[in-house]
Amino acid sequence: MNLLTVKGLSLGYDSQVILNDINFTVDEGDYLCILGENGSGKSTLMKTLLSLTPAMGGEMIYGGGLKKGEIGYLPQQTFYQRDFPASVREIVMSGFAARGGFKPFYSVADKEEAMENMERMGIADLSERCYRELSGGQQQRVLLARALCAAKKLLLLDEPVSGLDPKVTEELYELIKNLNDDGVTIIMISHDLEAAYKYADHILHIGDNVYFGTKEEYINEYI
Amino acid sequence: MNIFEKLMDYLSYPFVRYAITVGVLIALCSALLGVILVLKRFSFIGDGLSHVAFGGIAIASVFNLTNQMLIVLPVTVISAVLMLRSGSRAKIKGDAVIAMISVGSLALGYLLMNIFSTSSNLSGDVCSTLFGSTSILTLTSFEVWLCVILSMLVIAVFVIFYNRIFSVTFDEDFSTAIGVSSKRYNILIAVVIAVVIVLAMNLVGSLLISALVIFPALSAMRVFDSFKKVTVFSAILSVVCALTGLLLSVLFSTPVGSTIVAVDVAAFLLCYIMGTASRTP
Repeated sequence: MNLLTVKGLSLGYDSQVILNDINFTVDEGDYLCILGENGSGKSTLMKTLLSLTPAMGGEMIYGGGLKKGEIGYLPQQTFYQRDFPASVREIVMSGFAARGGFKPFYSVADKEEAMENMERMGIADLSERCYRELSGGQQQRVLLARALCAAKKLLLLDEPVSGLDPKVTEELYELIKNLNDDGVTIIMISHDLEAAYKYADHILHIGDNVYFGTKEEYINEYI
Repeated sequence: MNIFEKLMDYLSYPFVRYAITVGVLIALCSALLGVILVLKRFSFIGDGLSHVAFGGIAIASVFNLTNQMLIVLPVTVISAVLMLRSGSRAKIKGDAVIAMISVGSLALGYLLMNIFSTSSNLSGDVCSTLFGSTSILTLTSFEVWLCVILSMLVIAVFVIFYNRIFSVTFDEDFSTAIGVSSKRYNILIAVVIAVVIVLAMNLVGSLLISALVIFPALSAMRVFDSFKKVTVFSAILSVVCALTGLLLSVLFSTPVGSTIVAVDVAAFLLCYIMGTASRTP
């Protein structure tokens, strides 16, 4: 089932267009990797898909019953998050922040769901630990668990492995692959070609020449 | 128990009880907000806004308004919204905006007071606006009730929106992506901060407000590791410090504002040492 169709999308910021005429589609269960040079507009594309940055033209059509707010997002970490005094549980639970109207407290069901997502990410034993004391890889797992609390169908990951060592990187990729096998659709920004070839099934390359297709087509055409 | 008797004697006066009520409430509110401001890297906004409030007071006294709140509150709220809105987009620009608005209104305020003031003791007026001096001990019952109601509102907003405020404070982009509009909550926070600042002017004066906002939060962050614990401890610590400071200033007739801030600083040093000690086993 089609989750997202992007037609003739232009994007940029401060009324300056940096990319024109982007077209691609994402079906349920896909694993799309967005490749491109630094500064080519990968993060801006992701922010546009999330409506954080307004699109400069074209359209994005969400299908398959996907509503606004049903997209999980793993942003790049900001510098001040690294010493933020919050427990793992608090951060994971904040994935529910948009839920439940104006109730000041989370429900028991929310708490159980948060626990499940922490178990899925292998961080259940860290739930009372402080976020700023965790390693980079553990922090990314926490943010992934939070994204899972916010959305079940579609995850947008912005360079999830940046700054991690090779072993931890591999573990995180496997974790994301497992989510994808469970039916979660993944859109991931990366400049790690090897990982893209290994895990993704579709590739969107942006930059001077824009390319979209399956991984096999991409490899045939460019390598 | 000489000191104790003296204290009991003072407490029998309504103006001392007013001062304590208002002091505790303001300390509570400013500590709650302080945690958010420090984490959002907006520590300086309290300082900027208090200068704006000073400018507001100057304008109000030029027009000889009996109720200065009517001018000071709206002016400060509008400035707060402007500051936080620009701050969420471009960090450096936001910094400059805060500095600009704050010194600008400080200078204009003093200028206005100087040109138009009818008071015989101008420097005394300015000093008491900047350092609070004794205005907390001369509160009218109207001001006390206004303070009680506004503080209750601030606390209610904080409790009701606690989860969303946490989410927005930790990660604006993520929150907006899942449907919790960061923009809207930044404005809410800005309005609440403005209210707290205007209230706190009575207690410590406009120069020392930042201390009331940031010290308890920083102290709590040294010792505790979860957002909830930091928030709760920061509120408790702030109230304890304000109470201690108030009582000390009444007993030893020192200036109220600077005594409270001195106690806050002492508490911070204590927490800093405790935090360092617990982190290096």
